[in-house]
Amino acid sequence: MKASRVAWLFLAPALLVLAVFFLLPVLVALALSFTDYDLYALADLHNLRFVALGNYWVLLHRPQFWAALGHTFYFVGMGVPLSLAASLGAALLLHSPLARCKAFFRTALFAPVVTTAVATAVVWRYLFNTKYGWANHLLGMFGIHPVDWLGDPHWAMPTIILFAVWKNFGYNMIILLAGLQAVPAELYEAACIDGASAWRQFRHITLPMLGPTLLMVAILTVSGYFQLFAEPYVMTEGGPLESTTSVLYLMYEDGFQWWNLGVATAEAFVLFLVMFAVTAAMLRLSRKAVA
Amino acid sequence: MGMASGRGAWLRWVSITVALCLAGCGPRHGDTLVFWTFGPEGEAVASLLPDFERTHPGIHVEVQQLPLSAAHQKLLTAIAGGTTPDMAQLGNTWLPELVELHALAPLRQHVDATQTVVAPDYFTSIWATNISGGQLYGIPWYVDTRLLFYRSDLLKQAGFDAPPRDWSEWRRMLAALSHPERKVYGILLPTNEYEQLLSLALQQPAPLLRDDDSRGNFESAGFRRALAFYVDTFRLQQAPAVTNVEVGNPWDEFGRGVYAFYFSGPWNVAEFRKRLPASEQGDWATASLPGPDGPGAGLAGGASLVVFRASKHQREAWALVEYLSQPKVQQRFYQLTGDMPPRRSSWNSPLLQNDAAMHAFRDQLERVKPTPAVPEWERIAVMMQQVAARAVAGELTVDQAAAEMDRQADIILAKRRSLLEARQ
Repeated sequence: MKASRVAWLFLAPALLVLAVFFLLPVLVALALSFTDYDLYALADLHNLRFVALGNYWVLLHRPQFWAALGHTFYFVGMGVPLSLAASLGAALLLHSPLARCKAFFRTALFAPVVTTAVATAVVWRYLFNTKYGWANHLLGMFGIHPVDWLGDPHWAMPTIILFAVWKNFGYNMIILLAGLQAVPAELYEAACIDGASAWRQFRHITLPMLGPTLLMVAILTVSGYFQLFAEPYVMTEGGPLESTTSVLYLMYEDGFQWWNLGVATAEAFVLFLVMFAVTAAMLRLSRKAVA
Repeated sequence: MGMASGRGAWLRWVSITVALCLAGCGPRHGDTLVFWTFGPEGEAVASLLPDFERTHPGIHVEVQQLPLSAAHQKLLTAIAGGTTPDMAQLGNTWLPELVELHALAPLRQHVDATQTVVAPDYFTSIWATNISGGQLYGIPWYVDTRLLFYRSDLLKQAGFDAPPRDWSEWRRMLAALSHPERKVYGILLPTNEYEQLLSLALQQPAPLLRDDDSRGNFESAGFRRALAFYVDTFRLQQAPAVTNVEVGNPWDEFGRGVYAFYFSGPWNVAEFRKRLPASEQGDWATASLPGPDGPGAGLAGGASLVVFRASKHQREAWALVEYLSQPKVQQRFYQLTGDMPPRRSSWNSPLLQNDAAMHAFRDQLERVKPTPAVPEWERIAVMMQQVAARAVAGELTVDQAAAEMDRQADIILAKRRSLLEARQ
């Protein structure tokens, strides 16, 4: 009894901070999402109306929201596997006993993660410029017609995905590299004696041993990629034809540009539910795979 | 023991925290005037202030420069948190919003009592953008409108001696100057900027909103005519369907003749002078906008000086507004920034009068029209352009696009409608 009270006392500061800076804002936001808080309400609270689930209802009937959700899923669906593959590939290369100048390459591949998105976006915008960019110049050498990377609604999202993968793969690479280094060398030696090929070693030793790390990295990447914002914000401003507008981008516009905080918080909670469902499904699937 | 010293430390921390808070949130120095500027104007105004502070020894002005991209958010947050500055530079499309929030101090009685700020000297439509519900909330600081930059040499080669006067002439020139097979176009109209279509729409007699500005009026014959002209320019391949993010360097492309016309604003006068080589400086000029049948109206843009209602330095703030409104100071401001003065008498400076590129602006400013004075306007304009871009891409016909704009405008204005009904 006494011990538990002391335990609570020790926990109290952390709980207090969590309550004030996390729980309370979330609850207020939830309450806000049931109102039509906007500019008029900011001017005079009498203009604030309780609309219950009205914001959610309107959201579900709004084509822009579904389009934004579609773009977000497209980004996650394409971006996460690509990002994981790039991270794993880079980690394997760096881990290979044949690799030279490891420290240099590790730093070089990690550099995009710590560079600001704004600075890199400027460079990427030039690289993918329709007329003067190197990307089209390179394609031109193979006789391929120039692609309007950032101006064509069909190509803008793939370009954003490429940018995001390049920008982010270094982070996961470091985590996976640490995972690779933790795999006991004896397993590979034993496999070598048994005559296993490099592919079979990768398939039956590396992947299973990396399993938990990969799952954690995948979940972190999925939840990070669902919150797509900075890339379209600095590269395309959500365009062309709103083809790179993600849910978070829509929320930013509704909330901070137009001050429709009621609608914006509703969007935030819908996005939260979607992310929760997807990551929960991932956890369950992985547990099934293990069992 | 542990308990006692713990409490002592606790008290000490509390007192330190309280002291820090008081230091941070305490009243500012009595006669400091906080002035928010957005964009490059902040630097220019800083060099105008020493003269003001010399003539007003009791007032110290603190200019706080904020980036334009963060301006709107910053203003609303300040209003919500009750931390507004004493005065600010404010784009005139944001004025109705801040008036709705009761954030701005009315200025009529100051204007009535002064000799310096003379209302009739200001361009009429620009002055009008500062009036809301019959009350005056801002004094125009600089003006902005969009018109045509054109390559006079290319026009001459194609057999045109003067810039277009009306739409049909403009269309003929665009047709003669466009060679899409060589990637050469008549005009550059970035598809994510609403000012161009809006300027064409303001040339029409029909208002953009109807029913006391509570519903969209985009299906009016006038707006559809403007939209059709805009969309046709792309369909006839007289303008490339690109956004300003993709264009990269419009000045260089204009110099190389990729575009014969560029629909843009006054800051580009300085940009073209800086970026084009001396040999090409004689080849470009500006022209006021052609209308459907003769000279057309333009967009009444720009920024005003506003004083916040919560400011405790109303008189001092007004003194600075008066100082910055003097024609002499406005002329110096123009020299520093290239921002055009809002007063006719300020245009009597040789700097402006001897500058051929500015004549078209002077002419256009007599024919500008304000946009609807509702807080939702900017959102509606952005929406209008997004739908127009879909029409340009061929997803919608002109009539479908106009109907879609009205539908979305009505959704955006729903709250305004219900408040108007409740007030009646």
